[in-house]
Amino acid sequence: MNIVVCVKQTPDTAATVTVQDGKVSWGDSPLVINPWDEFAVEQALRTKEAHGGKVTALSLGPESAKEALKHALAMGCDEAVLVSDPGITAPDSLVVSAVLAAAIAKIGEVDLVFFGRQAVDSDTGITGAQVARRLGWPSLSLVAAVTALDAAAKSISVARMLDEGRQEVKAPLPAVVSVVKEICEPRYPSFMGIRKASKAPLPVWSLADIGISAPPQSALTWPEVFAPPKIETRCEVVEGDSPAAKAAALAARLIEEKVI
Amino acid sequence: MASKVFVYVDHFNGQILPASLEAIGAAKTAALALGSSLTALVLGEQTQSLAAQAIQHGADDAWVAEDAKLKDFRPEAYASVVAKALQEAAPEVFMLPTTARTRELAAMVAVDLSTGVAPDVVAFEIKDGKLLATRPVYGGKIFAKVVISQALPQIVLIRSRVFPGPEADPAKSGPVKKIEAAVGEVKSEVLGYKPSDGGVSLTDAAVIVSGGRGVSNNPSLTPPAEITDEREKEIWRAQQGFQLLRELAAALGGAVGASRAAVDAGYVPYAFQVGQTGKVVSPDLYIACGVSGAIQHLAGMRTSKTIVAINKDAEAPIFKLARFGIVGDLYEVLPALTKELRARLGK
Repeated sequence: MNIVVCVKQTPDTAATVTVQDGKVSWGDSPLVINPWDEFAVEQALRTKEAHGGKVTALSLGPESAKEALKHALAMGCDEAVLVSDPGITAPDSLVVSAVLAAAIAKIGEVDLVFFGRQAVDSDTGITGAQVARRLGWPSLSLVAAVTALDAAAKSISVARMLDEGRQEVKAPLPAVVSVVKEICEPRYPSFMGIRKASKAPLPVWSLADIGISAPPQSALTWPEVFAPPKIETRCEVVEGDSPAAKAAALAARLIEEKVI
Repeated sequence: MASKVFVYVDHFNGQILPASLEAIGAAKTAALALGSSLTALVLGEQTQSLAAQAIQHGADDAWVAEDAKLKDFRPEAYASVVAKALQEAAPEVFMLPTTARTRELAAMVAVDLSTGVAPDVVAFEIKDGKLLATRPVYGGKIFAKVVISQALPQIVLIRSRVFPGPEADPAKSGPVKKIEAAVGEVKSEVLGYKPSDGGVSLTDAAVIVSGGRGVSNNPSLTPPAEITDEREKEIWRAQQGFQLLRELAAALGGAVGASRAAVDAGYVPYAFQVGQTGKVVSPDLYIACGVSGAIQHLAGMRTSKTIVAINKDAEAPIFKLARFGIVGDLYEVLPALTKELRARLGK
């Protein structure tokens, strides 16, 4: 199996994110591998461990995004590639998917591409499906379990977590899979893995390297970012002599306020 | 002349989704601002009644594509048909509800038409003929105004339970045009489907009763003798404890949710998780039981209209966001609350 896992570098979910001078800021909080992508890396590694082959971690971003790739290498990925080019500024998912699809095509003979379900910064959750569309491969999003994988027959079956329940879908390989947390528990990078990752070569491809001559343009821009409207609440603590009295008082207030 | 605004009607099991009705309402507002009519786009095996409903809820006309190959939603098939329809009609705005299906559909259509997608939109305005959409980013910690300026249509997915669903006018009808179901090659195959427990989807629920780490403090139950491991005992007790939340949710016709801490501890499956890395919800009423209120959890439920916190710890951050609070043990409060509500609501 020739597997690619796409990762992004994002602020940690515990970061306090604010707007400063019209720009998004996360202060001193560290940038990490997008939390969803750790599940994608783990699933890629498990697939390789079960079926053989290799896993390449792929990212688009500035030079600093190498840290997210090193995390993936430390978890056990065999290779990592960063696509970085000064021509790419503020890319939307249309641009990101074009670049990732071209990089995957350059890697060549890929059977499976894994994504996390979304990135915790832009929160769109559409890049995986867009890469699939560009490559002409099936898109299997929100995957909670790989139920069958036949490397010889080149087919995969998955359970997808939709709003209404779980859907079982079968598709031929190559395919693009985006995963949800339920799929697995990501492993911690090992000490040996971290040492190996720090020494591993980490090639950086430019747009020209992946056959894109003119930088693709974003269709979407963020002209304004702002703090969400403050929620003006003062908690009314419902009192009573017993739990039953408190419950009765709360029920009365909810009905009075027409909440229920 | 074709409409400047198209709205996509998502449906499941032959039923139009509440989120689709909300999208029709939002799209109608956009159409009126652009001085245009509104066209509903319906794909499936049988679409007539769905198209009629879309028109009764505010669309002026409908385009429908029917084909046995469209029976199961498969994104590549649906995207091909939708992209072709949009190429023909050339609308300025294409609005959809935000669901698991439409997120993937919109993503693919955007590639075909080289345009942008704004998912999870919570507000929008029309300015100089362009749509300026507001959407939460960074797990709701920041809002961004986004504009799709380079291409058409502007694809906007509106978030569930933010825009009101319009009332139906049963007397209203409008033209329904059949369009070609140019499905193309479809590689994936739907093998089966298993509905989620409880029947009420978290994203559609008007009431959510959510449990956190506090549910593990179940005082009364003794795990079966074969469970010896302390952690397994805790999980068993918490799982039994979630039954109290289910009963309260059932009394209110709602769904059960959970914090990441409760999911990570193994009390309930990930499908229950509300928060930045789970489901983002905005019910009318959110009852947080034994939930402390970590920033990631708040990100997923802060847009709930009324939040009730039940927690032993009066200092828990969840009380800062709550409208009503009870400082107390959920194992004492919840049965009393369920009983009280059943009596008052006549259930």
